[in-house]
Amino acid sequence: MTDGDRFPPGTRVRTFPHDPAHHTRLPRYARGKRGVVVEPEGPAELADISAQGRGDAPVEQIYAVRFAARDLWGEGDHHVVLNLWESYLEEDPDRDR
Amino acid sequence: MTGEHPDATIAQRVRRLETLLEEKGLITGERVDEAIDAFLASSSPANGARVVARAWTDEGYKSRLLADGTAAVRELGYMEGSYQRLRVVENTAGTHNVIVCTLCSCYPLRLLGPSPSWYKSEAYRSRVVREPRSVLREFGLELPDTVDITVWDSSAESRYMVLPRRPEGTEGLAEEELAALVTRNALIGTAAL
Repeated sequence: MTDGDRFPPGTRVRTFPHDPAHHTRLPRYARGKRGVVVEPEGPAELADISAQGRGDAPVEQIYAVRFAARDLWGEGDHHVVLNLWESYLEEDPDRDR
Repeated sequence: MTGEHPDATIAQRVRRLETLLEEKGLITGERVDEAIDAFLASSSPANGARVVARAWTDEGYKSRLLADGTAAVRELGYMEGSYQRLRVVENTAGTHNVIVCTLCSCYPLRLLGPSPSWYKSEAYRSRVVREPRSVLREFGLELPDTVDITVWDSSAESRYMVLPRRPEGTEGLAEEELAALVTRNALIGTAAL
């Protein structure tokens, strides 16, 4: 899916908590964290796969996702925006809380 | 494994490849140097400054720049042929933006020139996402508590550039004069104008 409609702007998402043995563009500080989709950024090859020199990296939508510092670090009043590939994200299961 | 970047291995591989290509007569060292020089010559913070000055003086351009940075800078002849996307983020009275690349040192080189060494330092990369207010204070930028700070971490294919606030008292200045006021750090977000 590369058309950017899986997570429309405003969707509450959660990043996967995975810690792979290979390269990833999901920074450690943002693993297993809740954020809100700003908007799709366009499709690109999944860097986790292409960085291994493999030619079979899937093309996925990238989303700009906004995180509150408090959710990342437990403190702070700023926000951090990251560009995350679709497979790093799931809909926040507690979005209605 | 985001903390490890085997640059040395890659640099070694590139050098070997370059040597091999030279031995086979496919490239010359001079030609490679020329290509690098040409790339760096067209990469300067003066480019970003020109984009900012245009946005300050042309509302229509500013709207296009904020909606699609890549297309808008191409109007002025920048980033042609680049696969990267550019997002320009606007500072306002209530919002301040600052850019970083926590995973390595991604940077909009064509618009800002080669990055300063502090941008690539572990200290800046690890601290600005966590305590931007303190880091900006160390740069001499004291922001009131009422200003929201957003840190843009270049984790994929997009590059960011800050559109600083136009300084007060510059209403009478021409576009080129305005461009001369724009500093590299203002385009990164570690300074205001």
